[in-house]
Amino acid sequence: MRGTNGVGPEPPGVTDGVLPLPALLGARISHSDIRELRGPLLVVGGAHGVGWDEFATIDLPGGAHRHGLVLEIDQDLATLQVLEGTDGMSLGGIGIRFDGRPLHVRVGEQWLGRVCNGRGEPLDGGPPIMGAAALPISGWPLNPVFREPPANPVLTGISVIDALMTLVQGQKLPIFSVPGMPHLTLATQIAAQAVSGGESFRVVFAAMGLTHADIAYVRDRLEQRSAGGELALLLNAADDPVIERILTPRIALTVAEHLAYTEGHDVLVVMSDMTSYAEAVREVSAARQEIPARRGYPGYLYSDLATLYERCGRVRGRKGSVTIVPVLTMPAGDITHPVPDLTGYITEGQIVLAPDVAARGIYPPVDVLSSLSRLMRSGAGKGRTREDHLEVAAQVMSALARARQAAELAELVGEAALSDTDRSYLSYRTSVEAGLFAQDPDEARSLDDTLGRAWAALAVLPDQELAMLPAAFLKRYLPQRSDRT
Amino acid sequence: MDRVAGAGQGRVVRVNGPLVEIEGAEGLSMLELMALGPSRIAAETVAIAGTRATLQAYEYTGGLKAGDIASASGGELSGFMGPGMLGQVFDGLMRPLSSAPMWLGTGHSEAAAGTPALARYWTFVPTAAVGTQVTSGDVLGSVPESGAVIHRVLVPAGVAGELSWLAPEGALRGSDSVAVVAGRRVALTEPTPIRRPRPFRKRLTDAVPLHTGQRVLDLLFPLARGSAATVPGGFGTGKTMMLQQIAKWSDADVIVYIGCGERGNEMADVLDGFSQLEDSRTGRKLLERTVIIANTSNMPMMAREASIFSGIAVAEYYRDMGYDVVVIADSTSRWAEALREFANRNGDLPAEEGYPANLASALAAFYERAGRVTTLGGTTASITIIGAVSPPGGDMSEPVTTDSQRFVRALWMLDRDLAYSRHYPAVSWTGSFARDAVELGAWQAANGQPGWATRRARALALLTESDRLAELAEIIGLPSLPGPEQVLLLGGRLLRDGVLMQNALSPHDGYSSAEKGAALLDLVFDVVDACQRLVERGVAASTIESADFGPVLRAREECGPSDDAAVRARGAEVLAALEALQ
Repeated sequence: MRGTNGVGPEPPGVTDGVLPLPALLGARISHSDIRELRGPLLVVGGAHGVGWDEFATIDLPGGAHRHGLVLEIDQDLATLQVLEGTDGMSLGGIGIRFDGRPLHVRVGEQWLGRVCNGRGEPLDGGPPIMGAAALPISGWPLNPVFREPPANPVLTGISVIDALMTLVQGQKLPIFSVPGMPHLTLATQIAAQAVSGGESFRVVFAAMGLTHADIAYVRDRLEQRSAGGELALLLNAADDPVIERILTPRIALTVAEHLAYTEGHDVLVVMSDMTSYAEAVREVSAARQEIPARRGYPGYLYSDLATLYERCGRVRGRKGSVTIVPVLTMPAGDITHPVPDLTGYITEGQIVLAPDVAARGIYPPVDVLSSLSRLMRSGAGKGRTREDHLEVAAQVMSALARARQAAELAELVGEAALSDTDRSYLSYRTSVEAGLFAQDPDEARSLDDTLGRAWAALAVLPDQELAMLPAAFLKRYLPQRSDRT
Repeated sequence: MDRVAGAGQGRVVRVNGPLVEIEGAEGLSMLELMALGPSRIAAETVAIAGTRATLQAYEYTGGLKAGDIASASGGELSGFMGPGMLGQVFDGLMRPLSSAPMWLGTGHSEAAAGTPALARYWTFVPTAAVGTQVTSGDVLGSVPESGAVIHRVLVPAGVAGELSWLAPEGALRGSDSVAVVAGRRVALTEPTPIRRPRPFRKRLTDAVPLHTGQRVLDLLFPLARGSAATVPGGFGTGKTMMLQQIAKWSDADVIVYIGCGERGNEMADVLDGFSQLEDSRTGRKLLERTVIIANTSNMPMMAREASIFSGIAVAEYYRDMGYDVVVIADSTSRWAEALREFANRNGDLPAEEGYPANLASALAAFYERAGRVTTLGGTTASITIIGAVSPPGGDMSEPVTTDSQRFVRALWMLDRDLAYSRHYPAVSWTGSFARDAVELGAWQAANGQPGWATRRARALALLTESDRLAELAEIIGLPSLPGPEQVLLLGGRLLRDGVLMQNALSPHDGYSSAEKGAALLDLVFDVVDACQRLVERGVAASTIESADFGPVLRAREECGPSDDAAVRARGAEVLAALEALQ
């Protein structure tokens, strides 16, 4: 599984084809000159010929193994981060075997239907996954010239998302949540219901630092997809090694890229919880005594997150796509915290869950005005979803913004002091939340149903307030006055 | 570069991500380009101590070992500049991405000499006379590069003397010679160091506006050609969208779009969108006047640092031909982060938020490469720089945002509240500034828009007043405001929604001519004046409030991008309808 015993055919276009000599010869020299152990870090001497970012297997006394990645080379000293932590290790009695190359993972359709730990080793009692090709888990940047701009809508069957923040194939759209919100329910609902062009997705789910209860919930919700051979699960639980989390999303994405661009599937990658991932990055950075940027997170967190999120997309002339839905919990609900903030700068929009919406009994509790899908304009509208989609969405949003102002005003001056127009916005808000946004966690709505509900909510407003809707659409879609309450 | 054989070679002793130290290389110079290890990873020399040197690697250094060979190239980081750059995409090191493979591994296009533009044939038309004395910046001849831009072949900087040979009219490859000046061969495409500013004759100080086609900028916060603007905005405030609109519609000859640490899908979108859209001024595709430098956020971080300079070098190359160039850098924060990343790995003492102490001077040096100048060849040309800033957490007091503001002529602050209420472009009228507004007003007055400065003043006053009244209304309730003030509140809303908001996706509204912008402003002012007269006549403010202002709000969408006559005609109708109110 770690790609140490031979190399499979690489997909075309992957430039890293040749294995370095030591790996080919199987020359697994064991280095035992351990100089230092500090936090998750280990410094080994006499490491001649070891390359930066190389993967290593650490043999402990008694036959146990741990794993490491080379973080720095200085003369003959190599600094490794130990994925499982250095607990219980001592300077003597340890042997380190270097792979001669960065960590590779075997990829292929064999992943579908399997459950593995955060390092990609089976948890389901099955054999190790022996795909045809071994690929480096950090991947390579996709040449922007080869990117196909995303254009195909993904219908999740969730009204608030489909109507107002349409997901598009090849997009990265995170869910920003706070602890206690049903973000896993929403993420699994997307994974279970999403279709694009009538086809469902292959799902790769990377769990990082999730509790066992959460993991059980995810497995339960996606059981059907797993049984159907459409799901690969990589599970790093909250009590699993912290540093291992740095690998989990990379393995997931490497598997997903292969499924998409080589096997031609549309793949959805759900990564949860990115905050736990970032904390693992911070832990390594702190152990290396790097100068922190904000809140102790390293200055390169943006680039580090980008190397994950940017692996979504579509490629010119190839079938398949990688769509990424990262899930993260905002500590104390703070959207300016480095993890949601940097994520928001990289991803193409965000779906924000808010406790005050949840408190009003609405599932999914999406804070619509803070949420956005940047690619919606290229994936929705005439020829993609429905001709009136973009205009209706714009009108629903703009009316919600106005309704929020009216609600704030009403709190200050009392509802009686509002103008008739402002009062109509208040009843619009009630109507749109109950009719359009609220939904059951296992309910899939068609797009026509969703847009119909949006029109019904807008019909609460006086005609002159619907300035963003062209007359032709008003005539065709607006429920008739006699039907309106 | 003359050097004893083998002296420019060293061996790698330390690898820490992009920071690489080598030992044993003699005679290196600062900024010299090196190739590391078997895959010849590009790196730049940033510090030298005896025989030990610190390098900044531009690519992923995975697999690089202690003991690997580092060899000097003898030159600085350079890009091949010549015809064929327009419409192309380059990486941060000026290597063409169109000829690179799908996955960008290390050394993917080390052989930049194999760029397609070098092998392609161009039709050269000589214009200089053999035997005459020529100096830097003189035109030797031209190549019709794309329909929109004539590529002028110039005598390179630092070269002067007798033109002893000039290629005859006909087909030339990019790598072929076009002339011999004072014994120096001049090729159609020459390697050009990207970090050195190209010389010009003098800076010009008169203000001439750059028309961006975005009303909130052209009407309220205008930018002069050859100056610089910065656009800070948190995520989701529509920064990239606005910059793309400026790239599409500003009246410049050449656009250099630097995607510095931004999204890959966005680059694909720019490429795709620009190859379909037509430039209204030339009738050619927008892509034909655009050079794209793409260092997406997952591409190596240190090439991000170089990408800004690559972009400026391309801009200066076209400026020297006499063109007005706009450089759009999205985002300078990612560039600053690359500076910080390397400084930290190098053990430099941090200043604010971990950024190196030279951050402000690095930003100043970047923005100062903007300018409207007389070129060495004697023509007037300009480089306008528009740099995006991505403040972490939307914190406008962070170092990159605050330092950038000190060195620019215009600040276009994007406001999260505006963006969340879907008011795009979300340019804040309270937080933005345009330091050349007075001079540009004088230019407008002298060029057929005498009312420009008055309109701007009234619009800003109306926005400020209606903001103040809105706060007041929140406390005492709208009906408690006197009629004239309720009308001002209404006027502010019409101004925001009917003029300042602009729908980037609409064929009518994406671009706005100066005349249409002026007509829309006049429409709102006329409506406000008419409503004030109604209030004076005793009409209730609530009656006015519930009148249908849809035609005012929809004028920007329903009238053509340059159709000011239709806006004015609509104004007459709206006013007539208002007069009829009781």
